[in-house]
Amino acid sequence: MSDSSYWFQPPPRPSLIPMRPQTPISPPVEVSIDGEKVSVPAGSTILDACKKIGRDTPTICYHDTLEPVNVCRVCVVEVEGSRILVPSCSRKVEPEMVIQTASDRVRHSRKMVLEFLQSSVDLSTAPQILDQARRYQTNPARYGDPSPPAIQNERDHHHAGHHEIPSGEMAQTVAQPPKVDNNLYVRDYAKCLLCYKCVEACGTDAQNTFAIAVAGRGFDGRISTEYNKPLPDSACVYCGNCIAVCPTGALSFKSEFDMRQAGTWDESLQTQTDTICSYCGVGCTLTLHVQENKIVKVTSPFEQEITEGNLCIKGRFGYSHVQNIEE
Amino acid sequence: MFGAGGGTNSYEEIENTNVILLWGSNARETHPIFFHHILKGIHNGAKLFAIDPRRTSSARWADSWLGLDVGTDIVVSNAMAREIIASGLHNPDFIRHATQGFEAYARSVEPFTLDFAERESGVPKETLREMAHTYAQADRAIICWTLGITEHHNAVDNVQSLINLALLTGHIGKYGSGLNPLRGQNNVQGGGDMGALPDRLPGFQHIEVDAFREKFNRKWNTTLPPKKGLNLTEMFHAMENGSLKALYVIGENPLQSEADRKHAEKVLRGLDFLVVQDMFLTATGELADVVLPAAAGWCESEGTVTNSERRVQRVRQALVPPKGAKDDLEILFELARRLGHDWGKPHAREIWEELRSLSPVHAGISYERLASGKGIQWPCWDDSHPGEMFLHGRLWEKPRNGPPVAFTPVAHDPPVERLCPEFPIRLTTGRRLDDYNTGVQTSGYSSPLRRGETLDLSPEDAQKLGVFPGEIVLVVSRRGAIQAPVRVTESLRQGLAFMTFHFQDNINTNILTIDETDPRSGTAEFKACAIRVERLVA
Amino acid sequence: MDIKFTGPEPTSAERLAVDAVLGPPESAWAGGKRNMDLEGRISLLGGSKARSFRDRLLPAFHAVKERFGWIPPGAFHYICKRLTVPPAEAYGVATFYHLFSMEHRKPTEVHVCEDIACRIKGSGELFNALVNAHACSTEIGIRKSPCLGLCERAPAALILKSGEQPTGGAIGCATPGNVQDALTTNSFPDQQQNWLTHSVPQLGQPQLRLLARVGHTLPQSISGYQATGGFEGLTNAIAIGPLAIINEVIASGLMGRGGAAFPTGKKWEAVAHASGPTKYVVCNADESEPGTFKDRVLLEGDPLAVIEGMAIAGIASGATKGYIYIRGEYPLSVNRVQNAIDASLASGWLGSNIQGSGHTFHIEIRKGAGAYICGEETALFNSIEGKRGEPRNKPPYPVHVGLFGKPTLINNVETLANIPWILRLGGAEYAGIGTGNSKGQKLFCVSGHVANPGVFETPFGITLKQLIALAGGTPSGAPIKAILLGGAAGTFVGPDQMDVPLTFEGTRAIGASLGSGVVMVFDETTDLGDILVRIAAFFRDESCGQCVPCRVGAIRQEELMQRLRVGQPKGSAGQEVSLLGEIAQVMRDASICGLGHTASGAIQSALRIFGTRTMQKPVPEVKP
Repeated sequence: MSDSSYWFQPPPRPSLIPMRPQTPISPPVEVSIDGEKVSVPAGSTILDACKKIGRDTPTICYHDTLEPVNVCRVCVVEVEGSRILVPSCSRKVEPEMVIQTASDRVRHSRKMVLEFLQSSVDLSTAPQILDQARRYQTNPARYGDPSPPAIQNERDHHHAGHHEIPSGEMAQTVAQPPKVDNNLYVRDYAKCLLCYKCVEACGTDAQNTFAIAVAGRGFDGRISTEYNKPLPDSACVYCGNCIAVCPTGALSFKSEFDMRQAGTWDESLQTQTDTICSYCGVGCTLTLHVQENKIVKVTSPFEQEITEGNLCIKGRFGYSHVQNIEE
Repeated sequence: MFGAGGGTNSYEEIENTNVILLWGSNARETHPIFFHHILKGIHNGAKLFAIDPRRTSSARWADSWLGLDVGTDIVVSNAMAREIIASGLHNPDFIRHATQGFEAYARSVEPFTLDFAERESGVPKETLREMAHTYAQADRAIICWTLGITEHHNAVDNVQSLINLALLTGHIGKYGSGLNPLRGQNNVQGGGDMGALPDRLPGFQHIEVDAFREKFNRKWNTTLPPKKGLNLTEMFHAMENGSLKALYVIGENPLQSEADRKHAEKVLRGLDFLVVQDMFLTATGELADVVLPAAAGWCESEGTVTNSERRVQRVRQALVPPKGAKDDLEILFELARRLGHDWGKPHAREIWEELRSLSPVHAGISYERLASGKGIQWPCWDDSHPGEMFLHGRLWEKPRNGPPVAFTPVAHDPPVERLCPEFPIRLTTGRRLDDYNTGVQTSGYSSPLRRGETLDLSPEDAQKLGVFPGEIVLVVSRRGAIQAPVRVTESLRQGLAFMTFHFQDNINTNILTIDETDPRSGTAEFKACAIRVERLVA
Repeated sequence: MDIKFTGPEPTSAERLAVDAVLGPPESAWAGGKRNMDLEGRISLLGGSKARSFRDRLLPAFHAVKERFGWIPPGAFHYICKRLTVPPAEAYGVATFYHLFSMEHRKPTEVHVCEDIACRIKGSGELFNALVNAHACSTEIGIRKSPCLGLCERAPAALILKSGEQPTGGAIGCATPGNVQDALTTNSFPDQQQNWLTHSVPQLGQPQLRLLARVGHTLPQSISGYQATGGFEGLTNAIAIGPLAIINEVIASGLMGRGGAAFPTGKKWEAVAHASGPTKYVVCNADESEPGTFKDRVLLEGDPLAVIEGMAIAGIASGATKGYIYIRGEYPLSVNRVQNAIDASLASGWLGSNIQGSGHTFHIEIRKGAGAYICGEETALFNSIEGKRGEPRNKPPYPVHVGLFGKPTLINNVETLANIPWILRLGGAEYAGIGTGNSKGQKLFCVSGHVANPGVFETPFGITLKQLIALAGGTPSGAPIKAILLGGAAGTFVGPDQMDVPLTFEGTRAIGASLGSGVVMVFDETTDLGDILVRIAAFFRDESCGQCVPCRVGAIRQEELMQRLRVGQPKGSAGQEVSLLGEIAQVMRDASICGLGHTASGAIQSALRIFGTRTMQKPVPEVKP
């Protein structure tokens, strides 16, 4: 055959479908959850097993696309033989594990975690967490009225290992004014419950820009740029991948923040349409959130393998050209 | 390549490969989400080589950066090949089994010794050797490239030289090994797949092959001319010599995006009739006789696009287009009607179904299957086929399935415009993270990262010229001069300057660039022209 | 990495300070001078290599802190550049440790201990006096500190002087006068050899094993060490090989002395069996549990024993590299251990081919920077790796996934100091000392209201009463009100428990724990409420903040204790106690690590024994 034959004739279809090399499959693991036997693939987490049989397992810091950090502890379950409760999001199943998801200890811990968060963090834009709190019958009021908000940037100067002794009369919170230092993002850390998701998304789990990290220690822990620099002076590239994973609305798009402030944000009027970003050839799925024929927010589906919910600044924010219409 | 114009791998493979050569691509900024997959690969232990004159943000992730001179890519790739052959690291079994033309190729790379390559490209030979050995010895290896390879007057040779490397080592047709051009727009791939090439019908079916043409003739009830059309370069030549008199531009801004702007303007102005169909009145539109306002393809219309991993994906309408603007399809259908052909009411789905009835590689991709967010990769041969994750697996089949693939010896041909005392600095162009092409779309949003156009210079050049950051200087090439502020960046070395072309309304970089195009691909040598920098203040 | 640096350039002094610890920069992209001949075409320091230096972060911060007293932005950004660590990440690390300040600090700092043993000996007054004395000083800053590990010489202060010749040291039995003397003369009497006599009341007694050399032998003297049986254990270990070493340790019945009491031999066996060529030995010398100071006494008085123990552990487990993580508040320990390492290397007891055996073992010191949590083993690993000292979730356990993700043998100082003795004596004979599950001799840190506070070494089996008697009882003979066993993370017991044998099983039987061997005695004059409030504040300060139960639980617990302290409970005191129970339970059940699990233990035990009335300030008796 001539060496340019395939120039005119498409190459033949391969005899086998090209596939990823198969890794050897280990036998499934059987565990018992609340007395019910469930079998899951080896390497699954307890959370996977719970989901498989529809067991109610609240999660906050867990996210499908991020390494589990197991810090919120709301997903804890009781495992026979373990002195303490274990986080279901990260703990792998082991053969014959006996798991309780609704014991008094489990319910107590979940309730307390949710109550602790309610008593210290503004969850007003985290309806799912508030739902869980209701389900677990929390009573945050018993810690006293929330303390007044800190002044701007005050919390960012707290030094590890030193704190002012509280009176105990009021419950200390992370309340503080939002940080608005650019046109695209708002960081409202009064709503931050330190789930680490944004740090993971900005870091090795997705963006690898490392513009933010957890700083400080203990209750003075906070998400911060170096020296608490405003975002425009930081390494931030405005991909919005931190906002995408924020569970409480502490991080939000300026467009959404402004509309909420103005009282015009109305999710019941919004449609969500999946399309493909036009800014390069990678093929990122954009979910356009549209209210009254205007794009008000852009996300990407987490289950989309190309993006895993991540976008770049152009895909996330470069839509103004279709709506800068002077009527 | 090899009869299928698409990247051979899926993104997930780059996460699981061992060696990545990122060649002439600053994917960190131009394909950020693709770079996420590279980063996963890096975190999984892959070794990254970045071949780029600039030490870009992508190159700064690399284990090894090769800062070659602009336009010496073939020197580097041929030298790699020579070193691989000389060290016995090529894959003779694969070469024998699946390729032809090895001997001629081996002879052609013989002069490309490491010493020669070091002299020509500027890259130390130890580094070249290390890349050659690492690439050849890897279990899995992927080469990715972008416009640093293709925006040259010898773009096709550049690509071919990389293909040769894959054939030489057998890094093709396997999971985690292959060749991947990263496409610059969401449907560069799809456009070609759909036959928006001078010599191809949809599905890469060559127009000069009777059987293909017949199939389309039957379906469309017409007779297609059996000869290929013109590529962009040829069109410009035809416009210049008067044989092409009318031009219909859809969604392009050639006045600003073509190299040598002054020349492009002259040619476009010389047309008898220019139609521009775009969502904005672009600079090209300003020259047009007829402007057809179009809806934004990505959010105001329905259809499909195909990405760099050959994945056909659905585009959906989320917004009602502004008054007067119409979907591209609607405009084309209306045009047909006015020309006497009533095609009925346009429907993206029906058009797709027609396509898959004509293009075997798309045959299995039904519109229903596209409904899921994932999309499907071509070739997808039938309704139950999952789509091919990687291409050319056939080359490993025993006995071989189909014809062998050929090595194509290529020669080094440096950039057309040489440096000289009058124009001593090499200007190369590219993109930044937050802006896109000529800025038509991205100028609409306010990016905190945006700093406008600059002439990026090395600290050495800035010092030598006595210019300071922010100073407005005159940038002169043989074709014209523009003014631009200076930015000093450590990512450049002496003699190398960089500009984008995002801000053409203010600073017209393409006044400077050279309109030397590859006759085969039609792409211009945006990556290499010669300039000098003059101070405006004494 | 495409890290963005926006900070100021370092001054030449800042650059010098950093280069002194990191060496000269390898690349212009890592802070070096731009040299296009070298780097115009290639990367001298490429991707994964450039990213591999993060574990030098704390040493670099220490160097800058010791030079300037704080971490100036120029030096900070230079460090980030040198080590290819993103500034935000590095900032997160630096702000985790309370000895590092990102804001300007005076060049000299006096840290005054405000923890339990010191506050009952007047550390509050000392602090106030020092603050008043130096109120206008631009040179000297006075700060409160958590336990400085000098409880036997309470109240304690630690002076840290930065500068080109940084100095510093601890001041025991601190007074405004002797602190001032040290500041003026720049000399620290506590660094003399003989002070150890104050810490070891049993000095010279023949039954001492772990403390036998303390105060007698020069800490870095190889000959002195060998003259007293030193390196015999290591010699035996080399002779019998890994398997037999582990068998001896298993036979000895040695349990970890850091607080968790895990069987040491089992741990060693697991590391030896773990797969992979790279393993580590880590000595946990981050002794920060309030009331604990035994490890410091060993590190200062007999560092070679710890080094010998680590080397034996290395041979047994197959590790060739060991780290000893010493808390930043122990400058003298760092100094003594470094000298001992150097002497061991010089004499062939460490390094490549130890005594011609073919075994290699190196030890590197890493300094903590003020974080109690780093005593938790996985937090300690993170700290060595240049990260925030946040504990990891377990499993996986360190024996499989430890330091740098490799199988790691981590033991406490006292545990490792037992090893040479076991290898010399033989495991079986060692197991003959002590009681049922508690083998060997134990160091007890006795402090508080006793006549002779210090570290005591006795075979397991001694009762609380006997131990307190050994320490001379309360100085005034006043009745004892309470004893804190195990430190802030431990348990209070009342005088009715004086007959408890101080063994793992004995303390467990009364619902207490031996912990790190703290026995802190309070006589009836003690304001227990003040101590309990301090314990609550301590955990609020030291919680790393990672998990919700501990981060918020610690602060709610402190608020609650304050309400009881000022006598303004929400609802009744009983309601507060039950709320405290709920807080304690979630911290115990759902926290990631031991800090959260134990943060309420001492407080709850005290309230159980003494009731909520003990919280309020004792009203001085009005004499009619």
